[in-house]
Amino acid sequence: MRYLPLTDTDRADMLQRIGVAAIDDLFVDIPEDVRLKDLVDLPKAAGEMSVERQMSKMAAKNVAAGSVPFFVGAGAYRHHVPATVDHLIQRSEFLTAYTPYQPEISQGTLQTLFEFQTQVAGLTGMDVANASMYDGSTATAEAVLMAHRLTRRKKAVLSGGLHPQYREVVRNLSDMAGDDLVCLAPDPAGTEAILDEIDNDTSCVVVQTPSFYGQLTDLTAIAEKAHAHKALLIAVVTEIVSLGALQPPGAMGADIVVAEGQSIGNSLNFGGPYVGLFATRQNFVRQMPGRLAGLTTDAEGRRGYVLTLSTREQHIRREKATSNICTNSGLCALAFTIHMTLLGAAGLKRLAMLNHQSAVKLADALAGVPGVEVLNESFFNEFTIRTPKPASDVIEALAEKDVLGGVPVSRLEPDDDDLANLIVVAATEINSDDDRQAYAEALTEVLA
Amino acid sequence: MTMNREGRPTAPGEVESTMPDTFTGNRALRIEEPVIFDVGTAEATGVDLPEPDSAVTSRLGGLERSEPLDLPGLAEPEAMRHYVRLSQKNYAIDMGLYPLGSCTMKHNPRLNEKMARLPGFADVHPLQPVSTVPGALKLIAECARWLCVSTGMEAVAMSPKAGAHGELCGMMAIKAAHAAHGEDRSIVLVPESAHGTNPATAALLGYKVVAIPARKDGTVDPAAVIERLSDDVAGIMLTNPNTCGLFERDIVEIAKAVHEAGAYFYCDGANLNAILGKARPGDLGVDCMHINLHKTFSTPHGGGGPGAGPVVLSERLSAFAPLPYVKMTADGPELIETLGDAEADGQKPFGRMTAFHGQMGMFVRAMTYMLSHGADGLRQASEDAVLNANYVRAGLQDVMSLPFGERPYMHEVLFDDSFLDDTGVSTLDFAKAMIDEGFHPMTMYFPLVVHGAMLIEPTESESKASLDLFVATLRDLVMRAKRGEVDRFKGAPWYAPRRRLDETAAARHPVLKWTPPEPQAADAAE
Repeated sequence: MRYLPLTDTDRADMLQRIGVAAIDDLFVDIPEDVRLKDLVDLPKAAGEMSVERQMSKMAAKNVAAGSVPFFVGAGAYRHHVPATVDHLIQRSEFLTAYTPYQPEISQGTLQTLFEFQTQVAGLTGMDVANASMYDGSTATAEAVLMAHRLTRRKKAVLSGGLHPQYREVVRNLSDMAGDDLVCLAPDPAGTEAILDEIDNDTSCVVVQTPSFYGQLTDLTAIAEKAHAHKALLIAVVTEIVSLGALQPPGAMGADIVVAEGQSIGNSLNFGGPYVGLFATRQNFVRQMPGRLAGLTTDAEGRRGYVLTLSTREQHIRREKATSNICTNSGLCALAFTIHMTLLGAAGLKRLAMLNHQSAVKLADALAGVPGVEVLNESFFNEFTIRTPKPASDVIEALAEKDVLGGVPVSRLEPDDDDLANLIVVAATEINSDDDRQAYAEALTEVLA
Repeated sequence: MTMNREGRPTAPGEVESTMPDTFTGNRALRIEEPVIFDVGTAEATGVDLPEPDSAVTSRLGGLERSEPLDLPGLAEPEAMRHYVRLSQKNYAIDMGLYPLGSCTMKHNPRLNEKMARLPGFADVHPLQPVSTVPGALKLIAECARWLCVSTGMEAVAMSPKAGAHGELCGMMAIKAAHAAHGEDRSIVLVPESAHGTNPATAALLGYKVVAIPARKDGTVDPAAVIERLSDDVAGIMLTNPNTCGLFERDIVEIAKAVHEAGAYFYCDGANLNAILGKARPGDLGVDCMHINLHKTFSTPHGGGGPGAGPVVLSERLSAFAPLPYVKMTADGPELIETLGDAEADGQKPFGRMTAFHGQMGMFVRAMTYMLSHGADGLRQASEDAVLNANYVRAGLQDVMSLPFGERPYMHEVLFDDSFLDDTGVSTLDFAKAMIDEGFHPMTMYFPLVVHGAMLIEPTESESKASLDLFVATLRDLVMRAKRGEVDRFKGAPWYAPRRRLDETAAARHPVLKWTPPEPQAADAAE
């Protein structure tokens, strides 16, 4: 076992130095009758070659996104990540560092988190951001709890444009914490009357932009009505690249912005690990969950960084803590910040426009397929189409033609028959004219 | 000082006393690295992207960004240097011993990284057709099987994203189980030595937390638990092995009493790496336990995350596992994503912890590690982790102070600060002096049950030679403290990228992002 440096001679010497006869003398506190005598029913150690073969075999059974025309989004997006990003995050000093509990020897991690926080605050148009959350969905649930703490009210209003799985994550935590949720019906075209739901009992309104269905909405009116009732507007962004082209939620009056940061620097990874972004207004900082890196000075007066405001957290407040979170997505946040630094404002804007144009071209191509209707007039890089056949059948038939054509809404909303023929389709900068043409042709054949 | 037109000195001039030793601030190849906001510009970029197609008109619905985004970019070579230089200001397990007790930094095999980057795992979307991802589902099912078999449990919730998220999942399963039985219990028992996340988790779910004091020997007294049990107690959250490095030897009796009171037994599995292959939580009476994949199964933690916190569940709780889950059938793995499908499968999921399926990238790494070790290797790893911890204990117990005496410890050993009495050196000073010796300090001031705690966990991936140097170094520091070299400790670290940092100032006036320097008065007047 190459990961274990001790030799049998070492082990014998060490047992002698400790003063026991056998290794089991160190396990005497485990009651005899529950101590395992034999190995559990699992295979024995395997060498590097063998493990590589077994794992590669499993991986090869999957259709990798890069191997086919690929248009799947709905909260996770395939973008090109510069080679530099993966190289840098694999440097030992980043990859194998732990939480920066000793700031004097963790300045690399801490400074990148400080840069990350600044980038996220700038992107979202907010005053401050934390050092990342697990992912966009859990960040959304934490934002609802934060609104509850700030307003001392329990009623959260969730837009029907919110990602259905995000809604379920919020519902799960809110139910357990005793909150009341008002979840609006699924809203593909962005026509819901969310303003009518806001009243003096409302803690927050949660609106996704662009919506799960791709629809773009001006949040200003919602923010105004929410603020008139002393409620908070939580804006959810699952495609952070969109902020290279669109008004940031902060400029439209959002009080908390949560986002999925996977799109910048991180791979699809079948759903995780991803990186949640969390930004808010300066006066809410002490109710913000998660880690924070802050600027300070060292004993010689030099600029340095530390984890700060941890008095809000479980380390000290235990049952009075703001949240039970004691980690962040450090390495994914690092990937985000490196990719963001490579892009800069100019690169991000260009990337965003390339995404939008790819989607516009695809929408036009699919609208030309007989029987297909594009539901959204305004969108960023994702939109919803209605097909004359059940969407799940269409997507399966497309997959057989080696086109991964999007997400049937029925997969996430199985109980709503009105949604059975809807497909959420995403296009990004990786899609070529050939990809889009292949999709339109395959869809034409499938619907014929 | 005389300058040329570019503002560069042309004559040596006087050096001011506050100037650093070198112009660049370089010390032993360590150049002061500015933040990107000091050096980057909004126009600079390190990516080549094609020109957008001007023939395509925008459909952004009038929501185009009105203010230009003000984030600097760097060209690729500059970005490479910036992050390489920053990385050099970090300590990491690949550089040396990282004895953070209860956090467990062990070797991160690069094979794990290589496997996680196979396109069939890394470049797969969570919502692409299920028919196109049989290998990914098999990987999740296989990883789940290893976790269940090695812990002796019935089911596993794979989706929690970190240890504390796993705690939340486990306690939600307990709450759901009580609700299914028509019970609404309000109290959760949490020993004082628990991780801070335990009481925070229970409180988040609306439970009242009742603390259980530790016995003099650092473990939980079954009598203290029984005394607090009632039909209003939902469960107990116990860490085993506990945060003092000790195995809770009365765990079976505690579990029995908890079950008799109609409550459930949550075990914080953060320290599972000490007993894997030696005992199974299922045999101890545990109902649910989260497993930190980075601790026990070597997935990297990258400066604080990502984590992954699958939760194993006993038969009593398995029906309540959250969505989604993978079910093995004769036709291969099946993904259960909706409540309807789960109910048809006879399950009663309490909800969903996260969008998508959990930390797949971490499952790949953990699976790679488990296959590499095998059941025999996992058992050997636990034995070596315990052996290493006790070797460090034996090497230091005559000069440092063991609050719970000379006895076998599990994977970590806890000292208190009484050996530093009257030296003027605190636990913090002692830890910072370790940095100057080239070691990452141990966990300090945790657990709270002893004064000035120092919790040392060497892990199984340290060699005997590495431990010998560590022990010799700590002994030398103890002698220096006792000799009265207080200034050395109070000033430490002397040889790190930074001297001691002012954490109080950072908290008092939080500066959480870069802001442009104030314009000079002269500029403003122009």
